This record gives sequence, C-alpha cells and structure tokens, in this order.
Amino acid sequence: MSTLIYTESALQPEAASYQSTILAGDGWFHPVGKGQTLRIVDLEGNQAADTFFFRASDVTERYSAQDTIREQGSIYLTTGTKLMSNLCRPLLTITADTCGRHDTLGGACAAESNMVRYSLDKRFMHACRDTFLLQMALSGYHVTKRDLAHNINFFMNVPVTPEGGLKFDDGVSEPGKYVEMKAEEDVLCLISNCPQLNNPCNAYNPTPIQVLIWN
Amino acid sequence: MWSLRIPRHRLVRLTALEGGANVSVLLYNADQPLDRLNVPDTLKALHTAKLTTGHILMSDMGHALASIVEDSLGWHDPLGGHLTTVAMAAKYGVHNYQQYRNDYYRSAHENFLVELSKHGLGLRDIVANVNFFSKVIVDDDGRMVFDAEHCVKGASVSLRTEMNVLLVLANCPHPMHRGDAYPSRSVKVEILPASPPTKDDFCRNFRPECARTLALTERLFI
Repeated sequence: MSTLIYTESALQPEAASYQSTILAGDGWFHPVGKGQTLRIVDLEGNQAADTFFFRASDVTERYSAQDTIREQGSIYLTTGTKLMSNLCRPLLTITADTCGRHDTLGGACAAESNMVRYSLDKRFMHACRDTFLLQMALSGYHVTKRDLAHNINFFMNVPVTPEGGLKFDDGVSEPGKYVEMKAEEDVLCLISNCPQLNNPCNAYNPTPIQVLIWN
Repeated sequence: MWSLRIPRHRLVRLTALEGGANVSVLLYNADQPLDRLNVPDTLKALHTAKLTTGHILMSDMGHALASIVEDSLGWHDPLGGHLTTVAMAAKYGVHNYQQYRNDYYRSAHENFLVELSKHGLGLRDIVANVNFFSKVIVDDDGRMVFDAEHCVKGASVSLRTEMNVLLVLANCPHPMHRGDAYPSRSVKVEILPASPPTKDDFCRNFRPECARTLALTERLFI
C-alpha cells in the first residue's frame, strides 16, 4: 500500500460553534457555510461515514465523485482534495486528515444492493441509502432520490489494483481519527453513519461519529 | 449524441470505426427513470474497477439494466466520467457553431442534457457514467492513468438489455485524453435481436451477484 500522509488541524474542539454525535445507523443533514470548517471524527475507529453535499443555493449542483477523482488524478481523497460538483466546481477542500485515505468509489450501501451483494433475504437490513432518503424526506430542503448521486465514504478503504480489481480492505482508521474540510460555497452536508453489518467496512461493529463546525 | 428507448432483450452493439474512440453512456429503466445506472453498486457487486464480458450494468435499485455479452477490448472505463462545457473549452478551445458549423464541439455534459430533456429528464438525472472503449489504470498509489492506445479500429462491445431501457450516448473524447487536438471518432450503433438469458447464460453465472440482480429484474416482469 502507498504511503499515507497525515495532516493535523490546529482547530480546538472547545472553539467549535457546533458539535453533534451521530449514532450508527442515524443520519445528519445540516448546512455548512462558505468559509466554515467541518470535521468528522471516527470516535471508536473503522467506522464508515457516508457523506454527500449539495450546493445550498441550487441543490441541482451536488457532489460528483467522478469529477473529484479525475480532476485530482487520484482515486483516494485526503488533504488537498477539492470535493468537486457535477458542474466541475469545488464545493469544499479537505484541509486536515489524520486517517490518510478515504474512498469515493464504493457509494452507499442500500437495501437493494445488499440483496444483490449478499442474499435476497437481506432486504430488511438497515442501509445508508434508506437513511439518506429519510433525511431528505424530513429535511425541507426539497431534495429527493432523484438528487442523490454517489457519495464519499470517509474512513473507508477501497483499493483498486492496476489490473482493475476492486477490494474492500480493513479500514485504515482508528479511534479519534478525523478529516476536516473547508466549505468553498454554502453547502448542505448529508451524512449516513453506516449501519452495514455484512462486510468489514465498520469492522462488523457500527459505532458513533462526531461532527464539529468552526466559523 | 443519441438516445433511444430500447425494449428488453435486445442486443446493442457499439463498434469503433476508428481507433481512439470513446462513448460516454447513461442507462435508465425506461419504465421508471428513477431506477438508473449506479456505477458504485455495479463495481461493488462485481469486485471490479473495469467493465468487460460477463459484467452486468446495475441500477441503484438492484436491477440489471444490461449485460455485457461480447467485448473485444477487455476493459471499459467506469471511473473517468465526462466533461462539462467549461472544462472542455479549457482543454480544446471554443469551437462554436457560428464559426465551425457542424464541426463545432459540444461537451458530453451538454449532449446528455439535450438528450435527457427529450425524455423529460435533466441535470438531476445525470449520474456517474460509463466510458466504453476507454481504459483508465489505477496504480498502487491510486493515481489514474489514461491508456491512449487502448481502443483499436474495429473494437466492439455488445450489451444485452435486461429490461426496457433508456440508453443515452455521447460520442465525445474521454475526459482524460491528452493533447490539444480534439479527437473526433466515428462509432457504429446497431440494435439487434437477442435471446433472454438462459439458466446457463455466461453473464448470469459470472458471479452469484449477477444471478441475484437478474432474479430481481425478472420480478419486474411477473
């Protein structure tokens, strides 16, 4: 595996203007203003934080994984990565990362994709895309399934081989690891704290994450 | 650019009439376009970062949109996406219609918008696309490298539709193509008869995930 680069932040949690804990299986849909910094903390380690962004002033502009990886020429997200929109404009920039690598190829788990990946009787299991849909339905932001493209999996490790293979490796995260990003525009941040129990993306033990915002 | 509603169990054959072709593709369930191509669900289910024979292009609702039943190249790109008009102009310059008439350049993004609009769809419906005939290798450090020599003249790939689909095609350069000159390459599209996948169909048996997505899709036609 390639060398991971860790970048710590000087921001102190006591100075944050907002903080909240998101339990495993729960969602969070919250505005982050231009110039504000959002930190996501993997409190207990190896927890996938499925994260998506909309531009607040026009929700048809939204995070695009393909634009993000192509524009930086690398599939992994870390410090310096500009999180690009479907109009190929930066929405946020990652400014600190003590984990070193995050995935944006794997998308979110869904009841339907669990049926395909594991077994048709997995339909009942909780999944990130159900959390996304419920958060959108409850939000008042006028976004629906139609507005949902594929997301970032913070703290998740999905390596690609030069032969074109895709692997789901054990996470590279540990308790207290965090990733921080500064908003380049007013954005809406949609998070599902992943409830997946069928693969090691949460080490088979989904745990809480924390979100903090600094002005 | 082109779009067409294609019934279930037809063969869609794309043939590169020149080397260096690229066709950016989106796929929707024609009966319910909210059920649409989902690249990550496809790649996760197949444990792949490339597309070739045996693979099934899946929707976000767990359905099989189309199976890749023939492929002379062995690698088609699901990672690179497509260019917006601003990004394309920065790369190749502005070639407007006023000056260049039918040799003007239009980005894949605008091609998608025009074709989708004909079916009552739009920007909200543009999700991650697939680029047929193109190859992007990811090295051990995660860097993406475009293979400019990949697509040879005569290369072909055939999809069997597994439901009624809306197929949207943009014949535009791959977004990672290097060089100042805009490559314009012709691609032939054929729609041919096809048989439904049998129990011993290669795609159905490629992985257990393929059998399950086909089983879920068959439920749409009970």
